[in-house]
Amino acid sequence: MEAWQQLRRNFRELWQSFRGNRMGVIGLGLVISALIVAILAPWLTPYSPQQVMRDENGRGLTFAPPAVHPPLGTDDGGHDVWAQLVFGARISLTVGFLAGFIAMFVGSFLGILAGYFGGWLDNLLMRITDVLLVIPDLPLMLVLVATIRQMQLKISPITVLILVIGLLYWTSTARLVRSQVLSIKERQFVARARAIGAGHAHIIRKHILPQVMPLIVANTVLILSTAILIESGLAFLGLGDPTKPSWGTMLNFAFDRNAISNGAWWFYLPPGLAIVWVSLGCVLLGNVLEEMLNPRLSGHHLEGEAHIIKPGEQQ
Amino acid sequence: MSESTPLLSVRHLSTFFELSGNVKAYALEDVSFDVYPYQTLGLVGESGCGKSTTLMSILRLLPPNAHISGQVLFKGVDLLALSEEEMRAYRWKEIALIFQSAMNALNPVMRVDEQILEAILLHRLLPREQAWQRVQELLDLVGIAPQRGRQYPFQFSGGMRQRAMIAMALACSPSLLFADEPTTALDVMIQAQVLELLKNIQKRLGLAIVLVTHDLGVVAELCDQVVVLYGGKVAEYGSVDAIYNSPQHPYTQKLLEAFPDLHRPTASLASIPGTPPRLTDLPSGCRFEPRCFARLERCRHEPPALREVGEKHYAACHLLEEKENLLE
Amino acid sequence: MGSGNYLLRKFAFALLTIFVVVIINFVLFRILPGDPVRAVIGRNVKISAEVQQSLREQFGLDKPVFPDQFLMTIRQWASGNLGVSWSLRRPVAEILISKLWNTLLLIGLGQILSIFFGVLLGLLAGWKRKTALDAGALTFSLIAWATPTFWLGIILLAAGSTWLGLPTGGILSPQNVGKPLHTVLPDLAVHLILPTLTLTILYLGEYMLIMRSSIVETLGEDYILTAKAKGLNQWQILWRHALKNAMLPIVTIIALNLGFTVSGAIYIETVFSYDGLGKLFQTALTKQDYPLLQGAFLLLAVSVILANMLADILYTILDPRVKAS
Repeated sequence: MEAWQQLRRNFRELWQSFRGNRMGVIGLGLVISALIVAILAPWLTPYSPQQVMRDENGRGLTFAPPAVHPPLGTDDGGHDVWAQLVFGARISLTVGFLAGFIAMFVGSFLGILAGYFGGWLDNLLMRITDVLLVIPDLPLMLVLVATIRQMQLKISPITVLILVIGLLYWTSTARLVRSQVLSIKERQFVARARAIGAGHAHIIRKHILPQVMPLIVANTVLILSTAILIESGLAFLGLGDPTKPSWGTMLNFAFDRNAISNGAWWFYLPPGLAIVWVSLGCVLLGNVLEEMLNPRLSGHHLEGEAHIIKPGEQQ
Repeated sequence: MSESTPLLSVRHLSTFFELSGNVKAYALEDVSFDVYPYQTLGLVGESGCGKSTTLMSILRLLPPNAHISGQVLFKGVDLLALSEEEMRAYRWKEIALIFQSAMNALNPVMRVDEQILEAILLHRLLPREQAWQRVQELLDLVGIAPQRGRQYPFQFSGGMRQRAMIAMALACSPSLLFADEPTTALDVMIQAQVLELLKNIQKRLGLAIVLVTHDLGVVAELCDQVVVLYGGKVAEYGSVDAIYNSPQHPYTQKLLEAFPDLHRPTASLASIPGTPPRLTDLPSGCRFEPRCFARLERCRHEPPALREVGEKHYAACHLLEEKENLLE
Repeated sequence: MGSGNYLLRKFAFALLTIFVVVIINFVLFRILPGDPVRAVIGRNVKISAEVQQSLREQFGLDKPVFPDQFLMTIRQWASGNLGVSWSLRRPVAEILISKLWNTLLLIGLGQILSIFFGVLLGLLAGWKRKTALDAGALTFSLIAWATPTFWLGIILLAAGSTWLGLPTGGILSPQNVGKPLHTVLPDLAVHLILPTLTLTILYLGEYMLIMRSSIVETLGEDYILTAKAKGLNQWQILWRHALKNAMLPIVTIIALNLGFTVSGAIYIETVFSYDGLGKLFQTALTKQDYPLLQGAFLLLAVSVILANMLADILYTILDPRVKAS
């Protein structure tokens, strides 16, 4: 378990230097606050997203501005926007996180196999990632989702989204993990472990996995932001579950039902800001983690001139 | 300029780098030496002792976190007192530079001859037509067929790249050439050829060379004067004969011991126990004290000054003073 | 290995990728439930059993799926026959071609502007690293990356139409449709402002980030120090030694980005009701018009793949190392 203890130590050290990084802390704060909102949704609003708001005469409150119906007004059907927003967080984050984790698992698994065993497996995997890289992703996903839905399988639309996003976005993780595994495999202790007769599964579990773990974590955070953005896009194009609206579905409704021409900014601004909130949080967090694990060469030759201390000048 | 006036006089050159967290790395301290016309001065020492920093400080090619002080008199002009723009006129035209790895020092997407031509045209030495002529001559001089100049650096072998680099360094007929470990990246056979080339060129063109190396064999073969650097300070400075025949500083003695056979110039420096001091955490006394076999109590607290130990032969060690005291 | 070999490999890869796309398209088309004849002629068209039978034979549906039907389908696709749209009752290929130019205009404008400004800003940000300009550029590109394309489009649409009186969608005002192109250019330009701006803002950030890290890396190379030691000034170093080296990776990225650009076109054309392939794709999706959907997918995918191959060829022209190695 030596390598795993080392990993735990590494994570502790990483956390130490992470706390000093303003961008990273902001990113973490954005993500965690969104998670809290999603978890606490039922306690944050007295209404349900489906409930129709009515004025004192019993008429539906459609497109009521925030001043009339705080905090965020109502939509075209008189539903409370704030309630939709906090419950939408659950859907958006669930899809984003599950799809992101599927991508991470598939990518890490294939990346480790390809990097560790090499040979035809590696070749095949790299060709597949090459091909997936050039096929435009959104059209492919739209065609896939549309076809799967048409097949009338008994899968909920949200599950379809999770699977399609998760199973298409593993390529970058796989490439990254593969190259990392390749460089670890070169090192001494793997050869030593091999020499004393350790099995492949043992070496992967005890030596390789703990070392690629930090990289996988950083990459997963970045994949999460992609997954959340893609989910919002597919939902905006009408592929979400209308009975369980995510932020993207809300924007689809807002756009289709003329929120813009009605000037109902409280309907189309908040869901978009929420998406930016979460994906920006993930990007900041992921970039900072990656930079910490893999400090890039800093500084270059045109940053300015050396300072010449004139005689008599104070140092 | 007569042979007795130095071409380059470095006086009290000190450089420190400001690192993050208000840490300062003292890379050079109070370094002084002279380079005479037609002569070669060797800068030797382990890696990280300030050899390259000395060259870069003189040419003012260090990043903005570097702070340089002292005097660098080149043909009587203090280079450290010039503006950046005035300094640019001196670079390459007066002092050219050869790097350790010519692969990385040449622009990969520019033809070799164009890279040489660029230097000539930049300093407005010749009109374009004649400058091309000169490029051909230079390539010929370093033993590269002129038509190969139309190729790109990656199409050259390692030795050819270093030759091309030398041709480029000679483009403006500089009076001083800095060579920063010019042969380290090459294999043994090619090393000898490139050194031979440098020697010939010096003889033919009469330039002065400052050669940075950790290879004492190369020093013995090429140099007239030697500066031994340790931890950013001059440990010993003198003629190559003096240094090799009567080394005064314990560090120089160890260096020479670690390199026993001067007739095998290709053998590299064996290690001395211990490592050079960290520049952010220098010993308060003599910088070599932690590794020195002959250290005294005062070496721990008191940095030794450079003292004359022979004709134009200087060393910085408390032992020398003790010896003198004993003799008196 | 000569450059011919390299090009051949790139060409083979493009063919392989197109083949994969064709297979995906074929398989998806076949696993749709219901009679494939229905899938070709549409769901609600009444036809007699004999006609249906003759259509089955005409489409080779009485033959095995593989290889007969597959080869036949490929032959049809290769000859430009992509079937008939259910919703529009016109050949898919004809519809696609009629929308192609509008999309190319939008994507082209957006790409040119975002590449130009992205590369320029990235160059400045990387050169003046750690200055206010750099920090601002970085922040901008991160936020741009995190913003959904369609939402930015919605915001700009709302702001532009409310405050600037810009059109809310379409390519031309209704009274100008059908007039000769040169007489309606100003109207066209006004309609293009918002969609182009959306596309430019979104992709600019990415090009900027890539150019920034590329220029920082390039300026850290030894040959830049050589150039400095030669006595070149900063501008000369940037222009003669850094720019070309730093631009090389950008070429590949631009090609790979074409896929994302296509995604952007789908969102933006939807938001701005811009009459191009992206809007068509979205319409086909909502109307469940599968022949149109798959035809559009085929066209988009093949164009992106070919564009990538062109970029690889361009790369060999620009980088002497690839050309000769």
